[in-house]
Amino acid sequence: MTSTAASTVTRRPWKVSPLILVFVFVPFVVEAVWVFWPALQGFWLALTRWDGLSAPTFVGLGNFRDMVSDPIFRTALKNTAIWLVLFGGLSVAGGFGMALLLQRERRGVGIYRAALFTPVVFSLVVTALIWRVFYQPDGLVDSILRGVGLGDFIRPWLADPDTALYAVILPALWRQIGYVMVLYLAGLKAVDPALYEAAKMDHASAWQRTLYVTIPQLKGVNAVVLSVIVIDSLRSFDIVWSMTKGGPYHSSELLSTYMYSTAFQSTQLGYASAIAVVIFFLALAVILGYLIRAFKEES
Amino acid sequence: MNRLKTVGYHVSMGLVSFLWIAPILWVIVISFRSFDDVAANGLGSLPHSFTLSTYKQAWEDADEFRALINSLLVTIPAVLLSLGLASMAAYGLARYNIPFRRTVLLLMLMGNLLPPQILLIPISRFVELIGYYDTLIALIAVHVGFGLGFYTFVLHGFMRDLPREIQEAATIDGAGPGKIYASVILPLTRPAMAALGALSFTWIFNDLLWSITVIRSGEKMPVTPALLGLQGLFVSSWNVIAAGTVIAAVPTVAVFLRFQKHFVGGLAIGAVK
Repeated sequence: MTSTAASTVTRRPWKVSPLILVFVFVPFVVEAVWVFWPALQGFWLALTRWDGLSAPTFVGLGNFRDMVSDPIFRTALKNTAIWLVLFGGLSVAGGFGMALLLQRERRGVGIYRAALFTPVVFSLVVTALIWRVFYQPDGLVDSILRGVGLGDFIRPWLADPDTALYAVILPALWRQIGYVMVLYLAGLKAVDPALYEAAKMDHASAWQRTLYVTIPQLKGVNAVVLSVIVIDSLRSFDIVWSMTKGGPYHSSELLSTYMYSTAFQSTQLGYASAIAVVIFFLALAVILGYLIRAFKEES
Repeated sequence: MNRLKTVGYHVSMGLVSFLWIAPILWVIVISFRSFDDVAANGLGSLPHSFTLSTYKQAWEDADEFRALINSLLVTIPAVLLSLGLASMAAYGLARYNIPFRRTVLLLMLMGNLLPPQILLIPISRFVELIGYYDTLIALIAVHVGFGLGFYTFVLHGFMRDLPREIQEAATIDGAGPGKIYASVILPLTRPAMAALGALSFTWIFNDLLWSITVIRSGEKMPVTPALLGLQGLFVSSWNVIAAGTVIAAVPTVAVFLRFQKHFVGGLAIGAVK
């Protein structure tokens, strides 16, 4: 009797105990209130001009037209692209390289992995402060440069518009490489060792084994890493905000920091929402890719 | 030849590892130096002094103590609530044929993938509207709402893979859905919960963006955003700022060391799937 009851649950899909519906409904409503509804409002606000005091006025795509002629927006967009390529590209290259070097269990490997992973635990604000101490005039960077006779290169790293962006990317990379390494280490562990044996039998060199066995086997991980990197790059805010606030003269401005200062410092709430929508559309391809993968996995 | 290769490997990896943690060690060293020492010899020199007054200043004058308490007051409830709610949703979605279950799951995941920038303005307005602007409760709610989707998705993957016989056996024993959730499914999901718990603790503890969006007054700031204020408070007293940085980093490092396996496992959850 009871066993047929259990199977009817699956056969008659609409008859689910009310408790279970509550279990699903409550979290869904919480997310709807704090994410879905605000997101819809965000899209709507992007079509308005709003100072936060009077009612928002509808301007259609006016905000997006303004962007085209906004030099700061263009700088922020360009910097976001640089950020994607340098921060994204180098953290994948570095993380993958380190994972290859540290994949085999041998003496000492645990310590090396831990060392590379340590910065991942820190907040980006902590990371920023650690590196600010570093970049200070007469800090360690300057001392080392002077020590090796490159004193002429010394500059106010974070205050010079030519170097500020790169001086912020470096600490961001320092933290991200360990993270990407862990993702790849997990992926490498899942590769069937028999494949390497087979490749060895065919006299494939270590380089060829990496190229023709490891990399194709890591397809799934690559997709995840790619999504994580793009989403992280577009979200990057903390590290820039803590080190330069986008300055000097917007030289290290990203879309995310420009959005924030437009919203909460110059209170152009409509325009800021429009910038957020641009960030959303840049991330959309990746979000969709991720969802499609998740969808396939479910079916 | 092989021996030489091994030595070369360890020398170069040792060097890389050392360079990697050198910035941390350097900041720790600076945090114990006195102001006069830093002023006279510069931040780049080796230490000529030892003091604990930097920590006292950061702890008392900058009130990092209160900031830490605020952080814990936000982080602990937010982690518990989001994991509790997410596990309930995941249980319902993974073990029962709820109408539109796949749509609900993907919608929830999508919410978490949205760039937070799109939510900042509406959320700060909404929080003001309901009278919770500048409260820790608002911050907890934001973290729970925004994190739920991802945790639900991950836990759903775990619960779906549990054998159905366990649930059938419990049903035969007369257990209802609530009992099965609490005494069968939850205990079996513990490894995943531990991994997500360790991860979400660091995420929420390390947050800057949401804190500066919904909280204004200094005495309510959690420690991560409060660190930025420290910079303004102790302009050019880099030894005190270094001490403050070390203090702010301790809790996440402690959680990491305690839950190391779960933590790394949690990061890898997405990668292997």
